[in-house]
Amino acid sequence: MSSLWHSLEPLLPQVSKPARYIGGEAGMQTPRHGPGVVSWLLTYPDTYEIGLPNQGLQILYEILNERPDAAAERAYAPWGDLEALMRAEGLPLFSLDTHRPAPLFDVIAFNLSAELTYTNLLNCIDLAGVAVRAASRSDSDPLVGAGGHCTYNPEPLADFLDFAVLGDGEEAVGDITAVLADWKASGRPGGRSGVLRALARVPGVYVPSMYEPVYDGARLAAVEPRHPDVPAVVEKRTVADLADWPYPKQQLVPLTEVVHDRLNVEVFRGCTRGCRFCQAGMITRPVRERPAEQVRTMVGEGLRRTGYDEVALTSLSTADFSGIERVVADTVDDAGCGQVSVSLPSLRVDAFTVGIAAQIQRARRTGLTFAPEAGTWRMRQVINKLITNDDLYSAVESAYSQGWRRMKLYFLTGLPTETDPDTLAIAELARNCVALGRAHTRSPSVTVSVGGFVPKPFTPFQWFGQNTVAELRRKIGLLRDDLRRTRGVQLKWHDPAASLAEGLASRGDRRVGAVIEHVWRHGGTFQEWSEHFDLKRWRSAAEACGADIDAYVHRHRTFDEALPWDHLSAGLHKDFLWQDWRDALNEVGLEDCRWTPCYDCGACTGYGIEHVVASAVPPAGGSQGTGVDLSRGAEIPVRLLDRHPEAGRIDRRPATGATGAVARAARERSEEERETPRAGASGSHTTARGRPVGAAR
Amino acid sequence: MTGSRIRFRFSKHGKVRFTSHRDVARIWERSLRRAAVPVVYSAGFSPRPRIAFGLALPTGYSSDAEYLDAEIDPAWVAGIDNERLVGALTASLPTGMTTLAAAGIASGEPSLQHAVTSCTWRIDAAGADATEAAEAVSRAMDGSELLVQRERKGRITIDDIRPAVHAVEVQGNITDGVRLTAELATQPRAVRPNELLASLRPPLRGRADRRANPARTGEAGARAARERSEQEREGPPRDAEAVHLSAQPLSLLRACRLHQWITTDAGERREPLAVSVLPVVGAGVAP
Repeated sequence: MSSLWHSLEPLLPQVSKPARYIGGEAGMQTPRHGPGVVSWLLTYPDTYEIGLPNQGLQILYEILNERPDAAAERAYAPWGDLEALMRAEGLPLFSLDTHRPAPLFDVIAFNLSAELTYTNLLNCIDLAGVAVRAASRSDSDPLVGAGGHCTYNPEPLADFLDFAVLGDGEEAVGDITAVLADWKASGRPGGRSGVLRALARVPGVYVPSMYEPVYDGARLAAVEPRHPDVPAVVEKRTVADLADWPYPKQQLVPLTEVVHDRLNVEVFRGCTRGCRFCQAGMITRPVRERPAEQVRTMVGEGLRRTGYDEVALTSLSTADFSGIERVVADTVDDAGCGQVSVSLPSLRVDAFTVGIAAQIQRARRTGLTFAPEAGTWRMRQVINKLITNDDLYSAVESAYSQGWRRMKLYFLTGLPTETDPDTLAIAELARNCVALGRAHTRSPSVTVSVGGFVPKPFTPFQWFGQNTVAELRRKIGLLRDDLRRTRGVQLKWHDPAASLAEGLASRGDRRVGAVIEHVWRHGGTFQEWSEHFDLKRWRSAAEACGADIDAYVHRHRTFDEALPWDHLSAGLHKDFLWQDWRDALNEVGLEDCRWTPCYDCGACTGYGIEHVVASAVPPAGGSQGTGVDLSRGAEIPVRLLDRHPEAGRIDRRPATGATGAVARAARERSEEERETPRAGASGSHTTARGRPVGAAR
Repeated sequence: MTGSRIRFRFSKHGKVRFTSHRDVARIWERSLRRAAVPVVYSAGFSPRPRIAFGLALPTGYSSDAEYLDAEIDPAWVAGIDNERLVGALTASLPTGMTTLAAAGIASGEPSLQHAVTSCTWRIDAAGADATEAAEAVSRAMDGSELLVQRERKGRITIDDIRPAVHAVEVQGNITDGVRLTAELATQPRAVRPNELLASLRPPLRGRADRRANPARTGEAGARAARERSEQEREGPPRDAEAVHLSAQPLSLLRACRLHQWITTDAGERREPLAVSVLPVVGAGVAP
């Protein structure tokens, strides 16, 4: 019997939301298991409602099932009520597609999108009947792997994972399948360690057991390969052109309610806006746009096939997509799709963007969300979110004048160099937005959502000591007191307690694994759910394991210090990140390199790939930090930002004048390179589709 | 635009029966779009497809008699063949849901929620064999009240469901219990199969029969029941006869809605859409 359905069925009437365990979605694949086939259980370590919409998991699910040598099914973490029944009845974790028991799969592969799911990952491994620690697994146990943004620091999970994949998974899953199929066909030579040794040689695959952490006293000194044939540094995988990967082709349509319940079409991957707090923007470079024609096809076919009446054009900053207006207009006007609303999940803050939003939300106009991220221009230069107050006000004015009444503004607090006036400026911005709204509507509403900042690996802020929970609470308290009597502004925040656990998991080293295991063993699952999160459990786990929370989370790091992810690479030069960190402290912004010369962050040159951007000019709209209204076709001034007066003393870049040093230095450097071409380096990596590289902009 | 009102009847079996009433509504909206059926949208700030669903089916129950009314572009309806419509919709519904029939409905016809007066259920229960169940059923049906504890919006009430139980029949033993059929009223408040079972307590073997029922109804009956249940909570009941019945009522294994019924003014009952009749859409009642 390879289906658990008949054992599961009598349990379902006893649990909440049983529909999340039945599968049967439109778009569900028919996996073909058999000899010579490598079977994957793609697992999201949180509930079905959160995990099903995950596009990464759906893309790999299709790609694997298209291969003759692979079969992929899906699993999600069962909620506590079902888990208790499963444990009582001795039922293991199961797939939703055929309700196949997890132990029958060759690979259990987790999508890691959030650090707070780590304890659930352990719980899922345990529910699968597999030893939680990789070292205790037998040859017949499934391999436990992981992919997703969190794997850029897999060290806290190193003791539990057999392998982790860095970067885009589209090609890597094929390579891994081939290695496993080969190994199975040739009689599993070398057993478990044999196949792991082979996997360690696959580009982008990190096998933690093949690496040894070296400590200098309590400090980590390095993570070194144990064998000569294992790479000293594991480089991420990057697909060069999204046009080759039009997935998911058959997005899953759930039978029950999930988050982001709509058609999702990824319009580009990567982002070079360079927001310094944003890990996604740093690790997914370079920018790779999907051709507009392919976007149109995927939207049209997707809507017809799924029956959705909403499509999200996803990316890290969708208004930057070349020709976004046309794509949106074509979607809204396509009569064959019926009444369709388009959503742009990450709106840029400017009036141009609001114009697009007005065009696409003809059907249902709910609310608009902007993310200025910080309250003052100074602070936004530090984090390189180059939005002026006027950009925000003109966007808000434009939105109110076009009929919106509700606005949501996202902010971070606990950012580097943040002072109380910076924090309180968030309240001031919100008040001014409400005042703008009064001219258009009697009861304008602005919701301010504040999150505590958690520094992430492979960002310029990876050296920053995270604010303590008490400090984050104090800052939120400042805002709460300030906004208490303000009509029209609602403040929303999550208790920052969980940010400590997130910080510990995001920048911890291999020793943090013991803390995660301790939390899990003491009942700490579903840590993303505030009703399940208990900071005391993490503090006592850290104490029991001798982990110094202060050193891991709140301490500023130095340049010469070994970071737990130094043996992994997202393509970014450490020098570039350090320079960007210094620029941040000097309040110096950095332009988007899509339309300006290269800063040599390493993401393009290191892998011999280029930005794929259809437009050779920046998108219209806002000032983008220039103080010039670009929505009227004005040109970006050569000088981007004034240099901080103190910068000269600290800045390591060659000084070329009193102002605009950073931008100019970069420009001059690249002009030099263009005149004297060298192998592997070119001034601008932007390829305009259908246009020669370096064509006049 | 006013659309032609089309009534659909469908079944729900297997894994998909664990979806909720709201899930089914979403599934239908998407299936109609997938099948390219032009449903009419409401006007206003937030346009919604004009689809009205009938009585909710409790999550986990299966059914041969689910209904919905959808308003569809009349020009499109005029050109569509009934069999093709039914087939196309079944193809776009998930496995386990099948469109059984479709027919035009007069625009003045009352909504399903108002029109349907009772349902016939097939109920599989554990906790008794056919003989015991028959005894429990006849005692329940012979009494003048049948009290069950129900919860609604967080408030617990004790209701007499006897007037809403039109008929209960024991069909016989099945491998894991006993099979019943029951016709239960849906108005003023629908009685669910599990509520019926909760009121059926099989006798304990070798004990005297149940006490005579104090024939009280309405508010007085509810009060009496409340007093009784308080006594039970507080300790051994004063009325020793109560222990002659099993502490455990019958428990639900499976339930399937077989029919929904509309009682006409003449006192006859009919189904909102009989499966045996497949009237041609478009040639049916004028919108």
